[in-house]
Amino acid sequence: MYQYDDYDRALVFERVAQFRDQVERFMAGELSEEEFLPLRLQNGLYMQKHAYMLRVAIPYGTLSAGQMRTLASIARDYDRGYGHFTTRQNMQFNWIELAQVPDILERLAQVQMHAIQTSGNCVRNITTEAFAGVAADELMDPRPLAEILRQWSTINPEFLFLPRKFKIAICSAEQDRAAIMMHDIGLYLYRDDHGQKLLRVIVGGGLGRTPILGLQIREGLPWQHLLSYVEAVLRVYNRHGRRDNKYKARIKILVKALGIEAFAKEVEEEWQYLKDGPAQLTSTEYERVASAFVAPDYRSLPDIDLEFGTRLAENPAFARWVTRNVQPHKVAGYTSVVLSTKPGIASPPGDVTTEQMQAVAKWSEQFGFGEIRIAHEQNIVLPDVPKADLHTLWCLACEQGLGCANVGLLTDIIACPGGDFCALANAKSIPIAQAIQARFEDLDYLHDLGDISLNISGCMNACGHHHIGNIGILGVDKNGSEWYQITLGGSQGKNSALGKVIGPSFSATEVPEVIERIIDTFVDYRESEELFVDTLLRIGLEPFKEQVYPKVLEVTA
Amino acid sequence: MNNLLRLEEGVARIVADDPWVLVRDQEGEMPAGSLILPLNRWLLNPAQHAVWLGPDDEVERLNPWFETLPLIALDFPSFRDGRGYSQAYLLRTRMGWTGELRAIGDVLRDQLSHMRQCGFDSFAVREDKSAEDALKGLAGMSVLYGRSVIEPRPLFRRR
Repeated sequence: MYQYDDYDRALVFERVAQFRDQVERFMAGELSEEEFLPLRLQNGLYMQKHAYMLRVAIPYGTLSAGQMRTLASIARDYDRGYGHFTTRQNMQFNWIELAQVPDILERLAQVQMHAIQTSGNCVRNITTEAFAGVAADELMDPRPLAEILRQWSTINPEFLFLPRKFKIAICSAEQDRAAIMMHDIGLYLYRDDHGQKLLRVIVGGGLGRTPILGLQIREGLPWQHLLSYVEAVLRVYNRHGRRDNKYKARIKILVKALGIEAFAKEVEEEWQYLKDGPAQLTSTEYERVASAFVAPDYRSLPDIDLEFGTRLAENPAFARWVTRNVQPHKVAGYTSVVLSTKPGIASPPGDVTTEQMQAVAKWSEQFGFGEIRIAHEQNIVLPDVPKADLHTLWCLACEQGLGCANVGLLTDIIACPGGDFCALANAKSIPIAQAIQARFEDLDYLHDLGDISLNISGCMNACGHHHIGNIGILGVDKNGSEWYQITLGGSQGKNSALGKVIGPSFSATEVPEVIERIIDTFVDYRESEELFVDTLLRIGLEPFKEQVYPKVLEVTA
Repeated sequence: MNNLLRLEEGVARIVADDPWVLVRDQEGEMPAGSLILPLNRWLLNPAQHAVWLGPDDEVERLNPWFETLPLIALDFPSFRDGRGYSQAYLLRTRMGWTGELRAIGDVLRDQLSHMRQCGFDSFAVREDKSAEDALKGLAGMSVLYGRSVIEPRPLFRRR
């Protein structure tokens, strides 16, 4: 993991002192609410329905055992004993007192963490996939460039008041698990035939009110130009992005208005002034940062572990968990484990308690190298678990409520905090997620259904990424009451697609029944082991609509 | 202008006797003295006065007048409108403006260090705010990861 040097340390501590002063001035009435607003947002602090919410950055989703313990202590000392992992690999605390925020930030700074730019109209946390550095299908570790981008975008004075928020993701694997098509800038890192590191640059993707898949603006950009190219994109956006309407202010709207060719031309013209200048990355800097991401001291393990094989054979529940929650590793004898935060009724998607965080920290040391990842599906990843330890880990995870064998299944629901917490939400998300999870409790059935993603957002800001769920649920407001619109056919990854609305929306009590009818339709039409998305692609929306809207629903809630 | 901070050889001080008068109106009577005019008005007689640009105005239009122009001001209609930062960058780094660059409008303490990084060297702090207080905002932080007008080399070249 990247370790702070004196510069990094000075920056986070000075930032805490600066914000402490701003909070004091606000509380003393010297700063108005309007003046304080962007200052607190750029320090991760939102005002929600009941309290302030603090969003802590987990850069590119990687954290150490010590950092996880600090998050656990913050949940215990300043919140109600739990935190919430978001779809952008951050952690949110929902019950925060403003006066305590500087102390929380100071505690974070002590373990090389911060909440800088996790909100506001600026460059947000740089994200990548949860299996960076260990995935079997990885081309290169994307984290050194992610860290370089994190530093460059942190308090970059020209780009702190952009028209709107700006999200950058980077990925370098066969499977795109970082959803780079859904970001303001998506970066795909690969090598050419001569081994040179190159970037494919995607621009103008995003979900929200106007979901758009990003478009390629540059192919084969040598990595040294990463910062100058991003600077060119940001300057064009900062100057020309719309500021008259916040719903039309994202870069995707500018790209759409100009057309990708004209936008690319603007960027290219700007870039001509910047390339080969001081912003050009050096090998020295790349090596300095990359040296923090070297592979740990893996032991030489046999790829086949006899005891593991025996456990698999004699314990079907364990075998099922291994099928769903264990990922191949590039080093023989090792695996990456996904701990599901989606147990159903017991706890909302993404929520973890202080005790669970402490347990995860301990396991990361006991069964790995003290490193933990947060997946954008809001689950926790232990990246380096020997096969021989999987059974022990599974038993411990089950005791802590983190052993649910549902990764990638219908109940591995992505959900935003929704109307229970968020002031922006039109409707609640968590009770919908839990009602669906309750209806699909039968794990055998879920496993038979195979991969199905179900994503829920409480409003069209789309924090729950409903557009890219195979099944998407969007909370909408109709005359002051909460309704839910269903989309089908969304998907993430290299074959990204946006879901299509199936028809009029439903009340909360109808949703589980609707989902069941959708699943029944899939089962009726499914050919052998076909995936949900493939059946949908083959038969289209109509059979699903016929099942969902034939007559008045008989609600069994 | 009142409530003005200016950097002189890197040191910030409050300027009590600034001679410039800011003209916001696009038409009408012009006051006497040294004026900072809106772009369209200034273009009618560019040899005489100073100019201020709104965030929509193209900085490139000023290029032919750099020799004689006494001062350029950039307006922040709201402190949350960040276009002035890019305008300042372009004026300083790309076009080579070395004269006074003044921030006007919604100019507040907590943004002054960003403005300074982007090349502003005078700051007309919003009238209802204290200039003494705003002075504290100019220093900002000791670490700049990226680069800026006053520090064109990113930290990785200085580290």
